[in-house]
Amino acid sequence: MTGFLLRRLVNYVVLALVATFLAFTLASVTFDPIGVLQQRNPPPPAATIDAKRHDLHLDQPIPERFVTWMGGVVKGDFGQTIANRPITEELGRRAGVSLRLFLLGITLGITLGVLLGVISAIRQYKFSDYFATIFSFVVLSTPVFVIATLLKTGAQSINNSIGSNVLLFTGETTPGFSGSWGAALVDRLQHMIVPTLTIVLSQVAYYSRYQRSAMLDVLGSDFLRTAQAKGLTRRKALFKHGLRTALIPMATLFAFGFGLLIVGGTFTERIFSWFGMGDWLITGIQNQDTNITATVTLFIAVCVLVSGWLADVLYAALDPRIRI
Amino acid sequence: MTAADTLFEPAGGSSDVGPVLEVSDLAVSFPSESGRVQAVRGLSYQVSPGEVLGIVGESGSGKSVSSLAVMGLLPSQARISGSIKFQGRELIGLSDDQLSKIRGRKISMVFQDPLSALTPVYTVGDQIAEGLLVHGKGRVTKQAAAKRSVELLDLVGIPNAAERAKAFPHEFSGGMRQRAVIALAIANDPDLIIADEPTTALDVTVQAQVLEVLKTAQEVTGAGIVIITHDLGVVAGFADRLMVMYAGKAVETGHVDEVYQRPRMPYTLGLLGSIPRVDADEKQPLVPIEGQPPSLVDLPQGCPFAPRCPMAVDACLTDEPPLSEVDNSGDHYAACIRSDELGAVEVQADEASVAAAVDVAAEVFGVEVIGEPEVARIPRDQRTVVLDVRDMVKEYPVTKGVVFKRRIGTVHAVDGITFDIREGETLGVVGESGCGKTTTLMEILGLEKPMRGEISVLGQNVSALNGRSRKAVRRDMQVVFQDPMASLDPRMPIGDVIAEPMQVHGIDKEQIAKRIPELLKLVGLRREHADRYPAEFSGGQRQRIGIARALALEPKLVVLDEPVSALDVSIQAGVINLLDELKAKLGLSYLFVAHDLSVVRHIADRVAVMYLGKIVEIGDVDSVFSSPQHPYTQALLSAIPIPDPIKERARERIILTGDLPSPANPPSGCRFRTRCFLHASLPPEKQSKCIEVEPPRAVQAPDHEAACHYAEPRQVV
Ligand SMILES: Nc1ncnc2c1ncn2[C@@H]1O[C@H](COP(=O)(O)OP(=O)(O)OP(=O)(O)O)[C@@H](O)[C@H]1O
Ligand code: SF4
Ligand code: SF4
Ligand SMILES: [Mg+2]
Repeated sequence: MTGFLLRRLVNYVVLALVATFLAFTLASVTFDPIGVLQQRNPPPPAATIDAKRHDLHLDQPIPERFVTWMGGVVKGDFGQTIANRPITEELGRRAGVSLRLFLLGITLGITLGVLLGVISAIRQYKFSDYFATIFSFVVLSTPVFVIATLLKTGAQSINNSIGSNVLLFTGETTPGFSGSWGAALVDRLQHMIVPTLTIVLSQVAYYSRYQRSAMLDVLGSDFLRTAQAKGLTRRKALFKHGLRTALIPMATLFAFGFGLLIVGGTFTERIFSWFGMGDWLITGIQNQDTNITATVTLFIAVCVLVSGWLADVLYAALDPRIRI
Repeated sequence: MTAADTLFEPAGGSSDVGPVLEVSDLAVSFPSESGRVQAVRGLSYQVSPGEVLGIVGESGSGKSVSSLAVMGLLPSQARISGSIKFQGRELIGLSDDQLSKIRGRKISMVFQDPLSALTPVYTVGDQIAEGLLVHGKGRVTKQAAAKRSVELLDLVGIPNAAERAKAFPHEFSGGMRQRAVIALAIANDPDLIIADEPTTALDVTVQAQVLEVLKTAQEVTGAGIVIITHDLGVVAGFADRLMVMYAGKAVETGHVDEVYQRPRMPYTLGLLGSIPRVDADEKQPLVPIEGQPPSLVDLPQGCPFAPRCPMAVDACLTDEPPLSEVDNSGDHYAACIRSDELGAVEVQADEASVAAAVDVAAEVFGVEVIGEPEVARIPRDQRTVVLDVRDMVKEYPVTKGVVFKRRIGTVHAVDGITFDIREGETLGVVGESGCGKTTTLMEILGLEKPMRGEISVLGQNVSALNGRSRKAVRRDMQVVFQDPMASLDPRMPIGDVIAEPMQVHGIDKEQIAKRIPELLKLVGLRREHADRYPAEFSGGQRQRIGIARALALEPKLVVLDEPVSALDVSIQAGVINLLDELKAKLGLSYLFVAHDLSVVRHIADRVAVMYLGKIVEIGDVDSVFSSPQHPYTQALLSAIPIPDPIKERARERIILTGDLPSPANPPSGCRFRTRCFLHASLPPEKQSKCIEVEPPRAVQAPDHEAACHYAEPRQVV
């Protein structure tokens, strides 16, 4: 068992390295920071350009650059941005912002998604089921930025009807906010609601669809009947035997759901001006900054790695049939 | 004091004398797209304490629905009316909470499919303990429940119960799971156990074990039992009373002996006559009940059986006959306006017996004896060899790992088997699931050189075949599969389905067009059926389509893989008769794989019994069935229930212990020795031979070989 999980972990680490290397290579090949520099008016002197090229290690072949960069990463140094600032300076704060959004989004998303899926399945073909189905399809087929914009508009009209700005949707905190510790927390919460909701909606839609079909499979199953036949009430049998078994396929979905989350997160951060990792990635690409791009990719790869591995652990914990 | 006595209250002794279960005028219907399905229409029956009631009927007759109604486990869209009284208390209308206090404690149920009846994520022991805990809140501790569940597992014959209780359901074989479910059902010493086809999904040997366990369960709990089945054999020796259901109603009920010996409703009669008998001395024709059960959405007026009844008269179409007493017996009821006339036919037979009833069935349904093919008159060894298999071996590697597979063992699926089939002859291959029957078939059908040994079809060694000659051989050897639906393309009209093999073999269009109606007629379908789609046909008709398709190219050898096991008995009889007829008419040879030995006895001329990839006994059916030499064959045969209550009660069963060993790691010497009762009874000096030396196949009688060191004939049926 432990051996199995360890082997999987090694697999994931290799995959994360490969993904980062590819992103690094792609960025190095396509980005042309020197060209940007040269096009300045008036063009900077040749010595400056050479110095920059050396700073950015552009005089080395790409694999060597990657090794140099990775060597730094292992020691906790992610290199410099184009603007010559150490990446580590921003990394911690930005990662914190993103993780807050992601973790809250995924926890709420899975919990609500599973619940909605179960209710949908139990009340198949009733109004609540149709409602959940339509909701999921609409959400899943709408691009994140549209959802975000709609939520913004909705929040605005709520604010208007209340007559004060309860729901805030620009930035993470009110700039220059000063107040007590409690007031600061409330301020953060006010900023958090709409962006988190954006993420949660698509997660709920995604998980509820799968949970519904997994639960439907289980609803017709013989073992659920056996559980009732031995004296469990329907409700108890549904939760203790039905839901427990229907959760197994969810574990595998977890790893994929994370990808969806990151894509959604990137847009969400931008739209709500949260300066997290997603926002940074876009900045990095705009500035043709290889180190930022590679760092964010590595971050995402590590997140996917952890979620994938968690999914394995979860799967093994949920399903005795694969415990080896 | 036995373990059972300490576990259960002694049976009987209770003061209530009334029935445990009293169902009256029960009706259940479901909404469907084409209207309301009247699944149960006014069913009444009673079960007395300690009584075993058998409910028999074909698929869709409402057996399961009526028993789920008793348990209160019908889906919410079901509409239910009438009354279900359990120990005098009305169950209809009780809430789920109230019912859950009765379920599992007073009434418990065993379902058909043991493989899916247990929750995969909890251990078997925990699931049994849960049943004890829900009803013993505050009284039963977790430890006590765990201990009791081990005792229960032990009682139902799970070896090493304390250890096995910690196993998950997937680590149990089908038979063991069904035992566990029975353990669960008797955990709280119920007063009524409902078993819905508890053995249908199991091999005969396991079926015999499970029935035995069910009997033990009945003895120790003293509970009334309702056992549902579609197989008249299963309940013959077990039930006290029988109820036959048709189209959602009881059409005949009575004491088992009465109903089997003097059936008074043509449907019961037909059912009885449709069963192939493993104990048949001479070949009796089977009674097929033509047609299909009526649609339960809008039943026509009158007797629902009328469209299929050979005795139907105009009066049958006016009103539905009620269940009424026959012969003033006080106990035997039938729903037929002509039941008295049936009684009169019987009186002609000197003594009531099941055999006499079967003769009456043959007479009433007008079946004829099917002749033998012309070639059968030529002695066997002078006839052409159609298929010759010598020392054939097929092994599968057992691998481990997902990305880098490594071989960790070998499954010896077929381990050196030898047999031949002559012209106009049927060889039946039987054995428990996993013994290598299907592998054997697939190897032969593949027409590729086997791993070891040789296969020759119509004198041609398959390893010497090239592309063209392989195609020619394929033409002479056709196959019919078990599941008629899966082997037919749902979007093809059946005319095209039948034409397909002819097109592949380049037969011209005109000839194909001429041949299709001929083929349809040959298998008992009509010419106009050619334009219809498979979904419009019943299971039996689909199997006929499969047969027509196999016959399209006029093959010499037809390979049949469990061709009737998915069909109801009454339908099965028609297909078996058809196969028999075709063989006589066209001089075909069959290789017939089945797990049902009675079907094989009926249709085959010779039989090969397989165990763990080897043929342990082979020879003429009559010789093998009437004096089996190998202990395994003896056990198999003795496990088969006979639809005759009196014979059945007098029979002594050889119950095989344990499950089939893994074919990846078969026992040394004789492969059967781990389950062999003869081996177990031998003195140690004789046993060592079984352990060390693999028994060779030796001639025991003319055309009868068996592979056992201590083979001796024994009559078991
Ligand atoms: N949930 C349901 N919804 C609609 N129709 C149903 C439902 N359950 C059963 N039926 C119908 O009720 C009728 C009786 O079914 P039932 O399962 O009781 O038959 P059965 O005698 O147990 O058959 P089998 O031998 O195949 O188990 C069938 O026509 C079936 O299609
Ligand atoms: S009532 Fe008529 S149709 Fe029905 S079983 Fe009797 S004879 Fe046949
Ligand atoms: S050889 Fe021995 S173990 Fe094998 S069947 Fe005969 S008696 Fe049993
Ligand atoms: Mg049923």
